Amino acid sequence: MTSPGEALPTHAYGARGYPRFMPLGDTALTVEFGDAIDPAINAEVIALEIALAAAEIPGIVETAPSYRSLLVCYEPAEISFGALIEQLRRLLGQALRPYAPPARQWFVPVRYGGVGDTDLEWVAERLGRSPAELIAIHSGAEYTVYFMGFAPGLPNLGGLPSALHLPRRRQPRPSIPAGAVVIAGGQAAVHSIARPSGWHILGHAPIRLFDPSQEDPFLFRPGDLVSFYPIDAREFDRLAARRDRGEPVILPEPTLPGQEI
Amino acid sequence: MNGPHLLAVAPTPFITVQDTGRRGWQRFGVSAAGAMDIESLAAANALVGNPPDSPALEFAYAGGEWQVNADSCRLAVTGGAFRCRLGDRVLEAWHSATAHRGEPLTIGSAPDVVWGYLAVAGGIALPDQLGSLATHTGSGIGGLHGRAILPGDAVPLAARRAPGGDERALAPRTRCSKPFRVVLGPQDDFFTAEAIELFLSAEFSISPRFDRLGYRLVGPVLDHAKGFNIISDGVVPGCVQVPGDGQPIVLMRDCQPPGGYPKIATVVTADLDRLAQSRAGTVVHFRQVGIVEAQLLRRRLLARMADLPNRLMAAGPRQPTLAGR
Repeated sequence: MTSPGEALPTHAYGARGYPRFMPLGDTALTVEFGDAIDPAINAEVIALEIALAAAEIPGIVETAPSYRSLLVCYEPAEISFGALIEQLRRLLGQALRPYAPPARQWFVPVRYGGVGDTDLEWVAERLGRSPAELIAIHSGAEYTVYFMGFAPGLPNLGGLPSALHLPRRRQPRPSIPAGAVVIAGGQAAVHSIARPSGWHILGHAPIRLFDPSQEDPFLFRPGDLVSFYPIDAREFDRLAARRDRGEPVILPEPTLPGQEI
Repeated sequence: MNGPHLLAVAPTPFITVQDTGRRGWQRFGVSAAGAMDIESLAAANALVGNPPDSPALEFAYAGGEWQVNADSCRLAVTGGAFRCRLGDRVLEAWHSATAHRGEPLTIGSAPDVVWGYLAVAGGIALPDQLGSLATHTGSGIGGLHGRAILPGDAVPLAARRAPGGDERALAPRTRCSKPFRVVLGPQDDFFTAEAIELFLSAEFSISPRFDRLGYRLVGPVLDHAKGFNIISDGVVPGCVQVPGDGQPIVLMRDCQPPGGYPKIATVVTADLDRLAQSRAGTVVHFRQVGIVEAQLLRRRLLARMADLPNRLMAAGPRQPTLAGR
């Protein structure tokens, strides 16, 4: 039996490579830019999301970036799959060069190791480093928020030095707290809410990443730049008290808008 | 609580406040959540005169015992043929009724479905979070304190008394056992041709392991052609992801991007409510449709939902009083 939709190939432009357009049923599609976790590919994703927001195409409900693709949710009563792909092709054809979006730079204080649940010493041993070396490598790198996801306000960070790449824990923890600074695979993140996780905890940041009572509930945005710096227990307690009073603990510093990478 | 409210005297587990879901926050990692059966939510709201996307209480299998603490309150239960009682009266599902102050409301079980909806005229008076009242327990947001209703909870109501006018009824939604229609993709290329053929022809049954996040299916193993790990990417309700064991999971309303397993197909939105209402053990089949047909089905769904107020009927004669009261 044939259906009217079979005239349209599932992967409309897949034969010519990326970007390719993949349907998620009748109300969403994914624009995929590659098959790797890579800063240049992610920059294309973010660039399309920004261009799409500016284009204000009727029928688009929302967009959500991930490592190498953009999810576009839409209302087919207002714009069809075919018409939406036409619009996306038009935007992508306007020489959307990969660029870093107007980014913000964050410096995040971390109490590495310390009391409570951390894997600092275990990870250091596995990587053949001392804990101090591990802290120096982690806090010496620059990270980019590839996208927010897996939990509200959770920044998924690219830029973890290859010296710190290691697989997830064999046994996930049933719950790790908000503020936990974690690594696994080639990725880094900071937990925004308490949740189960198989990632390794290096330390804790005395910051609130998700506060639904605020007008802007999310600390980070896709495209933000993040660095970490070590603090001691006393400074952690001081900043955590400020966080618990609802005061801002860290503020972003602006960077050059739209700089080429 | 002083204001008008519904008191949860003996609620069942898993009752949450739901509307049609949270829009625009997935890019920050927030699930849309929303009612598992959107059309039944809209029907409950239509019966009490609310806008179709108003928040209501969603329950699983049965709703337990409640007390109406308002001067009066018009309410309706939909989703399936839930056996309900209001004071000493039978409350028919898919009918509105008006409760008096202090009246007990008992929402019993239904023979055939999973999810039910209790809507009240005027709606639920809770503050929205990120533009919606939909509860996402995994994130702790929406509804009442971001969690399921507990015994003793008071759900505040916007209206102190019921509106005037006649009670209304809707024809109960008929259920069919036709195959669930799917659009292949986004990662059908991660599966062997035999696996896709099998997915579209074999019988699967709904596993007892299901919740608002996803429904696991049990059936023949679907073989991956290129491994079962992808770089995590976007997911929506209806996506059929297949982890390493080859047994599909249909993602449901509480899912949130991204997901890390290949998705062989996506159930069309026009069939998703019906899948959500299918109980554990139900045998399901899938049938491929093209994207144009899938979008035509959605337009029909939206038209049918928009027509709900026109399909309201006058409620029948007064319900018989239960014996012994």
